[in-house]
Amino acid sequence: MTTFLIRRLAFAVVTLFAVLTLVFVLVRIVPGDPAQLILGDQASREAIEALRQRLGLDLPITRQYLVFLTGALRGDWGVSMISGQPVIGEVLKVLPWTIELTFVSLIIGIVLGVPAGVYAAIHRNRFVDYAVRISSLLGLSFPPFVSAIILLLIFAIALPWFPVISARSGSAFAWYQSITLPAISLGLISAAYVTRVTRSAMLEVLSEDYVRTARAKGVPWNVVIWRHALRNALIPIITVVGLYLGILIGNSVLTEIVFSRPGLGKLLIGALNQRDYPMLQGMMVIYTLIVVLVNLLTDLAYGFVDPRVKLK
Amino acid sequence: MSATATKPAVRAAAPSPFAYFASATLKAFNTNKTSWIGLVVFLIVVVAAIAAPVLAPYDPTDQNILEKLRPPSMEHWLGTDSFGRDTLSRLIYGARISLIIGVVSTLAAMIIGTAIGMLAGWHGGRLDTVTMQAMDVLLAFPSLILGLILVAMLGPSMTNIIIAIALTSIPPFARIARAPTIAVKEREFVDAGRALGYSDTRILGVHILPNILPEILVMGSLWLANAIRTEASLAFVGLGVKPPIATWGGMIREGFENILDSYWLALVPGVAILIVIFALNLLGDGLRDAIDPKLKGET
Repeated sequence: MTTFLIRRLAFAVVTLFAVLTLVFVLVRIVPGDPAQLILGDQASREAIEALRQRLGLDLPITRQYLVFLTGALRGDWGVSMISGQPVIGEVLKVLPWTIELTFVSLIIGIVLGVPAGVYAAIHRNRFVDYAVRISSLLGLSFPPFVSAIILLLIFAIALPWFPVISARSGSAFAWYQSITLPAISLGLISAAYVTRVTRSAMLEVLSEDYVRTARAKGVPWNVVIWRHALRNALIPIITVVGLYLGILIGNSVLTEIVFSRPGLGKLLIGALNQRDYPMLQGMMVIYTLIVVLVNLLTDLAYGFVDPRVKLK
Repeated sequence: MSATATKPAVRAAAPSPFAYFASATLKAFNTNKTSWIGLVVFLIVVVAAIAAPVLAPYDPTDQNILEKLRPPSMEHWLGTDSFGRDTLSRLIYGARISLIIGVVSTLAAMIIGTAIGMLAGWHGGRLDTVTMQAMDVLLAFPSLILGLILVAMLGPSMTNIIIAIALTSIPPFARIARAPTIAVKEREFVDAGRALGYSDTRILGVHILPNILPEILVMGSLWLANAIRTEASLAFVGLGVKPPIATWGGMIREGFENILDSYWLALVPGVAILIVIFALNLLGDGLRDAIDPKLKGET
């Protein structure tokens, strides 16, 4: 387990390093001088020069890279060009909103998806199975902003059950009102993914010899399904859920826009439209950190559900 | 024991992977009727996009302020938008943008990704480790966010959108091309090719590629769905092909501003995107069953 973890940790560090480098390069391949872009055509040479200095763009490229790397790791992500506030503060302010949304959506996805997938696998090629397969295929066809708009139209506009703008104001009821529609919108799409992977993982496991043995020795069918089969099907399910979290974080950008919900998504779109480079760099760092952390948690989960992983 | 039984005069020609794929596909289509639905719906959209100038009742960019925000009627079947443009015409022309960007970016990702995966699998060793590690890193990062940032940095033009979507779709193709290359590499016909002095390029291109092509094509149909969704997502947040060109994501974005009184403006293109993606997923899902029944129903 220790060597396994060390290897995965090393991969996490490599990932972090690689993406930081990618961020550094991306922000610099923009055609034109960022300082010129930010200040516009009317700016004087002195003003551009001063801004270049402030952004550290006058330093040699290797020096810029070092400054960027050490800054990123120390949490010094520069100052937003728009608000003038430190980037890390702005990011941390809205981070809980996005984490909360993705977390609740994922829970919805697992709670709906795992039982649906198991049920479909047990009733393979029967009507229920087809119904589950078609509806999960439909679910994962949804662009996240389309599902959000449809929910918004039905439950906030046609039926005034939920607010059109999902920003909470303190009480538990307000929280419930602000999270429900966005989380259902993302949760149903997650459920579609979880259902499909659960179904195929269960089908694989159900044809194993030990399942037949368990049945033959008279273990109740329920116990065979939930204890013997599902436990073994968990590894591929965890893999997909871990990978899906990356997609989910991407999708949450669109959901936050539709529901006017604060979060990383709104911050990102704002930074993109305003070409707020320090903010964009900081956001890519935070997204990378989240992804790397999720990958590590996925690896830990492997070891937790499957003792064999520890031996490798 | 007759000589013909042990040594047949004419060796039965091994069915080519393509013939096998074609017959398996037909079989899958017939057992899995839903893939027919997917194929037909997708073809209808393709034909509509090609025949847009004939089918569209109005010019998609013609503004008529007197006729703005009209609900569906006999003159305008799907109503008009806030500039008085005909929604149906914009929807038909919008299919062109979705399909062009989707198909070109998926093809590019398919070619580049397959080449990377095959080379990594063929050469093995350090090259393989480093390449696939890089692909894993790219795969781990939320592709929509990477796409957003790329397009914002490069500027929202059709070419740049295609580049961004293609770049983010390379890793899955590299992955899917690598594993079968490694498996096929050990087969006798590859050894035979080597013994005959064939070059690596010839073995990879003529002898290995046809064996892995079916799988790649199936992935292609599923990632085409993804590319169309990404294009719409980019356009929805304002990083699509520049207005006034009609794109489905852009129509939703504009329609969303009037969602309280003209809900169909956002709903109609939204449902259109959903139908196309669903059709492609039905098609890809059925095709996947055809080439590998074991994978049936896997994501």
